[in-house]
Amino acid sequence: MTPAIEFQAVGRSFGDVVAVTDLTISVPAGSITVLLGPNGAGKTTTVRLTTGALRADTGTVRVHGLDPIADGEQVRRRCGVVPPKPAMYDRLSGWDNLAFAADLFGVSRAGIEEAAGRFGIAHALGQTVGGYSTGMRTRLALARAFLHDPDVLLLDEPTAGLDPESARAVLTLITELASTGRSILMCTHLLHEAEGIADQVALMVNGSVRALGAPRMLADRYIERPLVLLDAEDRTVFESIGERPEVRNTRWNGALEVELESLGALPDLVTSLVADGARLTRVEPQAGSLSDLYFEMQRVHGSDT
Amino acid sequence: MNWARVRTIVRTDLRQLFKSRDYWGPLIVLAFLFFVVIPGMALFSVTQVESNDFVAQLNNMLDTLPGSIQAGVVEGSPGARAAYVLAVYLLAPIAVVVPLTVSSAVGAHAIVGEREKGTGEFMAHAPVSIHEIYVGKLLASLIPGYLATIAGFAVYSLVANTLAGPLLGGWFFPTAGWWLLILWVLPPFLAVALAIIVWVSGRMKSTAASQQAASLVSLPVILLAYGVAGGVVVNPTRGALVIGAVAWTIAITALVAGAKAFDRERLLGFGG
Repeated sequence: MTPAIEFQAVGRSFGDVVAVTDLTISVPAGSITVLLGPNGAGKTTTVRLTTGALRADTGTVRVHGLDPIADGEQVRRRCGVVPPKPAMYDRLSGWDNLAFAADLFGVSRAGIEEAAGRFGIAHALGQTVGGYSTGMRTRLALARAFLHDPDVLLLDEPTAGLDPESARAVLTLITELASTGRSILMCTHLLHEAEGIADQVALMVNGSVRALGAPRMLADRYIERPLVLLDAEDRTVFESIGERPEVRNTRWNGALEVELESLGALPDLVTSLVADGARLTRVEPQAGSLSDLYFEMQRVHGSDT
Repeated sequence: MNWARVRTIVRTDLRQLFKSRDYWGPLIVLAFLFFVVIPGMALFSVTQVESNDFVAQLNNMLDTLPGSIQAGVVEGSPGARAAYVLAVYLLAPIAVVVPLTVSSAVGAHAIVGEREKGTGEFMAHAPVSIHEIYVGKLLASLIPGYLATIAGFAVYSLVANTLAGPLLGGWFFPTAGWWLLILWVLPPFLAVALAIIVWVSGRMKSTAASQQAASLVSLPVILLAYGVAGGVVVNPTRGALVIGAVAWTIAITALVAGAKAFDRERLLGFGG
């Protein structure tokens, strides 16, 4: 199956500044790929190279097999982009802004109402965008990106400036869109928002991908010692837990975070604690959050050059 | 070239312009000043005030001009001759200054404005060709200036005919030279100036810098157009037609060069 997006050894510099180098990544169709990385890692450049807004100096970029430079119009027609800064024509109304996009993409006026309704901005379409809040602007930007029903979505910090409720709604919608076969490339440095929705995670550092794979796979590779959260009615039962051979480390963080040699040691640990009279109220193995994964990958690859 | 998309870009830019009172307010004042107030006062002074120094000076100046030009001036009293000279010859450059000023203000903002607002990012990702964007931006800059000129020209005609017409035996304006200037000579000068200004706009980091640079680069064009305008209205012969044709050739060359130099990355603030 042709990947939705494919970068092969792509490089792009701006003068002496290397934005991406030897970037190789494949976004499978119908999946969500999250680009993680600090500011300046090359995430936005990757999005811009995907649509042909920027031209690669080296390597090849393909979107559903099409070259974004040679077949730019076709590629851009298939892509919906939410840029990092939801910029609009402030003097125009929300409706005018969407109508502008609709006319460029050849979308009917009914499509405007549908997209605006989907992102809860339909009620404000008559207002001048200059008076919009950040959240309203982001919703309008999302509606604009989805207007032409693209099958590739490039979301560059799509929840920036949104309140938690709206951000969650957007992330839910992104998951729903992926389930309908759309391919999504999402850039973020907010780890919690990629948590649970990413089919594939790529860690970008200094313009190249240093680690790529499913979160679970990467967690297995990078997070060697599993964590378990424990709590009990009487916490004194944990006083000597650090002396057990299967326990590497412990610390209190609301509950007791126990770093084990392996997850296989957990049943024995629990049995032993119960046998000692502990009435456990919490036994929660931590799969290794994306946040843990990110920092671990950063630790391993962050200083690579 | 998809003209529907070009129209969309033009329409959106003009709509924004129309909603920017801070932009068109001063320009209306400028146009009113150049097309109504200054010519109105000048014509009023030569037509309503008998034997003033200004009339005498205009008649003296007319006597020094070549016979072919003098032949084009209607016969009549010194006041009538002065009114004709003033209305037809001396105020011609107004028709150059106003459109170039109006259009250069819009054109200077064309590309760098998109970049500053961040809306260039959307354009860069949209299924619209770079030439469609270029032509759209160019037309959106040209139309306000040219419309201001046409409207101003109409108002100026009314002012000139109302104030000087009774002395000159009825409606005398526009003359053939003015038609030639407005319809044939002025548009290519406007296009040349805009080709340069939009090119500059794609390379500047801010609108303010672009406006400064646009003023500098368009000044020679304005001065040239100023001189040509005077010549065309004074002597609307085949030579004037040739001047227009040469200007069109230069304009088309400049526009093609501008289009070739413009690329998608300019919308994002890159490119070279």
